[in-house]
Amino acid sequence: MALLEVRDLTVTFQRKGSAPFNAVDGVSFDVDPGQTVGLVGESGCGKSVTSLAIMGLLPKRGNRVGGTVSYEGTDLLTLSDRQMRDRRGRDLGMVFQDPLSSLNPVIPIGIQVTEVLERHRGMARKKAMVEAAGLLDKVGIPDPTRRLTEYPHQLSGGMRQRALIAIALAVQPRLLIADEPTTALDVTIQAQILALLKELVTDSGTALIMITHDLGVVAGLCDEVNVLYAGRVVEKAERHELFAQPRHPYTHGLLASIPRLDGARGERLNPIRGSVSDNIPWDTGCAFAPRCPNALEVCTQVTPPQEDIGGGRLLRCHNPVRPGTPAVEEVSV
Amino acid sequence: MMATLLNRKKKVDDLAETAGTSLAADAFRRMSRSPVAIVGAVLVAAFVLLAIFAPFLAPKDPFVRYPELVENLRAGFVPGPQPGFLLGSDELGRDFFSRLLVASQQSLVVGVGATIVGLVIGMTIGVAAGAFGGWVDTALMRFTDILLSVPSLLLAISIAALFSRGSQTTVIIAVAIVSVPIFARLLRGAMLAQRHSDHVLAATALGVKRSTIVFRHMLPNSLGPVIVQATLTLATSIIDAAALSFLGLGDPDPNRAEWGLMLSKSQTYFDVKPELAFYPAAAIIVVALGFTLLGESLRESLDPKNRR
Ligand SMILES: Nc1ncnc2c1ncn2[C@@H]1O[C@H](COP(=O)(O)OP(=O)(O)O)[C@@H](O)[C@H]1O
Ligand SMILES: [Mg+2]
Repeated sequence: MALLEVRDLTVTFQRKGSAPFNAVDGVSFDVDPGQTVGLVGESGCGKSVTSLAIMGLLPKRGNRVGGTVSYEGTDLLTLSDRQMRDRRGRDLGMVFQDPLSSLNPVIPIGIQVTEVLERHRGMARKKAMVEAAGLLDKVGIPDPTRRLTEYPHQLSGGMRQRALIAIALAVQPRLLIADEPTTALDVTIQAQILALLKELVTDSGTALIMITHDLGVVAGLCDEVNVLYAGRVVEKAERHELFAQPRHPYTHGLLASIPRLDGARGERLNPIRGSVSDNIPWDTGCAFAPRCPNALEVCTQVTPPQEDIGGGRLLRCHNPVRPGTPAVEEVSV
Repeated sequence: MMATLLNRKKKVDDLAETAGTSLAADAFRRMSRSPVAIVGAVLVAAFVLLAIFAPFLAPKDPFVRYPELVENLRAGFVPGPQPGFLLGSDELGRDFFSRLLVASQQSLVVGVGATIVGLVIGMTIGVAAGAFGGWVDTALMRFTDILLSVPSLLLAISIAALFSRGSQTTVIIAVAIVSVPIFARLLRGAMLAQRHSDHVLAATALGVKRSTIVFRHMLPNSLGPVIVQATLTLATSIIDAAALSFLGLGDPDPNRAEWGLMLSKSQTYFDVKPELAFYPAAAIIVVALGFTLLGESLRESLDPKNRR
C-alpha cells in the first residue's frame, strides 16, 4: 500500500468579488515508502498550494479543500487541528523555499532544533541539545555545538537550509515534502543540498515529495514525476521515460528550454511561448492550448481527459507529441 | 472625531509594520552613530541618575521651611539665590533647588510605573487579540477603539477624577490607561503580521504547540515597535502625570515635591518670581524631549526601510 495517496485534491480559493478559483484541480498521485515523487511546473501552477493542503497548512478561511489525502489509510483532511498538529513534524516533515525567513531570527538555532525533539519525543532540553548536535553533524554542518548557540543570520544560506533539513528530519518522519528547497540558494550550493537530501532519504528510507520548477532537480532525484499545469496533472511518468520520451507538449517544451552545455554552438534555446496569463479555463478546453505548438481546434473546445497510456504513464492531451520526436537526452546532476 | 480616530489607528498600525527581524545589535550599532540618539540617551541617563541619587545630591532638606528664608518672605517678595540656597526660596521658604532635584524622583516613578502598567495591560490585550483572532480580536479591538477615540489627556483626567482621593497610584493608573490601547493595537498588528510569516509557518509545519508558537515565535519578533512606543510613552506619561498634578488631580499633599504641583503653586507668584514656574516646566520639557529623541531614533534604527 502506498504511504500517501492523494486523490482528487482540489483547492478552491474564494476571493471577495471574483469567481472561485481552483488553484489545485483534481490532483491525484501516490507516494510509496522510500519513493521520491516530483511535482514539477512553472510558478503559479499550484505546487505550493498542493503541499500546504497535504500538510493542512492552508489558511483557515478563504479556501475549500476537496478530495482525500490518506496517510497510511487515514484521511488527513478529516483530522482535527489537534490531531494534525501531532502528526506534523512527526509523520510528515516539510522544508520550505527560503531558508532565512523559515528560521526564527531571534532565537538560536539550537532551540529551533530541540523544539521538535521536545515536542514529539518528549526529550528534556539537555538531552535534546546533544541529539541536536548530532543532527547538525549528520547534515554536514561543521562545529555543530557552536552552531547550536548561533542565530540564523550568522549562518550562510546553505548552512541554514541544512539546518532546516536537520530539523525537518529530526523525528524521522516517513514523508518529507520539500518545496523548492534550492531555489533561493546559489547554484553551487544547490547541488550540495540536493545531494544531501538524496543521501538522507536513501539512508533513512524516507519518502520525498520534491517540488520544483527545475527539471534538472527532477533528473537527479525523482523516481516518478508529475507535471502540473494550471492546477492539474498533465503528465505523469517514471523519470527515465519522461526524459526519454515526453508526450505532453508542455513537458516537451520544458525539456527543450533547459540550457545545455553540450548543445551545438549557437543553438537557440526554445522557451515555451506565452505565459500563464494566456491560459483558458480547464472547463472550456485545455488550459495550455493557447501556448501549445500542437494545439488543434478541439483543444479549445473539449477538456482533455486524463488517459492511461500504458507503462504507468498518464497523459492529459488531445494531440500529444509523437514518440520519436527529438527530445532532449537525460540530464543528470 | 472619526477622522482623528482613523488617523491614530493608522499611525499605530503603520508602526506595527516595522516589527520583525531587526536585530538588537544591528539597531544598537546604528544608534551609536546617530547624534539624535546620543543626545536623547545622555538626557535620559542624566535624568535617571539624578532621580536615583537626588536625596544625596540635594544640598538641603526639601521639606523643611528654613527660618532664614521664611523671615524674608513677604507679600510680593520671594527670596532669590543666596549662599547655601542655589535657586533661592520657594513660596513657603523651602530650598527651591533641592525640591526641584527631589521632584525628579516622582516623575521617574510615575513615568516608569505608568508605562509598565500600560505595557502589561496593553500587551496582554494585544497578545490575546493577535493569538486568538476571530471574535476575541474583534471585541478587544472595539474596546481599544473606544479608549483611542477619547483625546489622551482628557481620558487621563476622566479616569483620575473617578477616584475620590488622588494619590500617586491613581495618577499611575490614569496615565497608564491612556497608553493601553496604543500598546494593544501595536502588538496585535505586529503579531498578525508574524502569523503569516514564513518562520511561523515553518514552526507550524513541525507541529509545534500553539502556545509555543505564540510566545516563542510570534511575540519576541513583535516587540520592536512596542519597545519604541514604550520609550515614547515614558515621555508622554511624565507630561500627563505632571498635568494631572497641575490640575489638582494628583496626591493632594501640598508638601510633595513634584514638578506639576510646583508649576501649579507657582502661578500666584509668577510676577514675583517667574523662575518658580520656569524651572519645573523646563525640567519636564527636557526630560520628555530626551525620551522622545531616544524613542524616535530607536524607531528609525529598527525600521527595516532604513537598513543598509
Ligand atoms: N492564500 C491564497 N489565496 C488566494 N490565492 C492563492 C493563495 N495561495 C496561492 N494562491 C494562488 O494559487 C495559485 C497557485 O499558487 P502556488 O501553489 O503558490 O504556485 P507554485 O506552483 O508557484 O507554488 C496561484 O495562482 C496563486 O495566486
Ligand atoms: Mg511555490
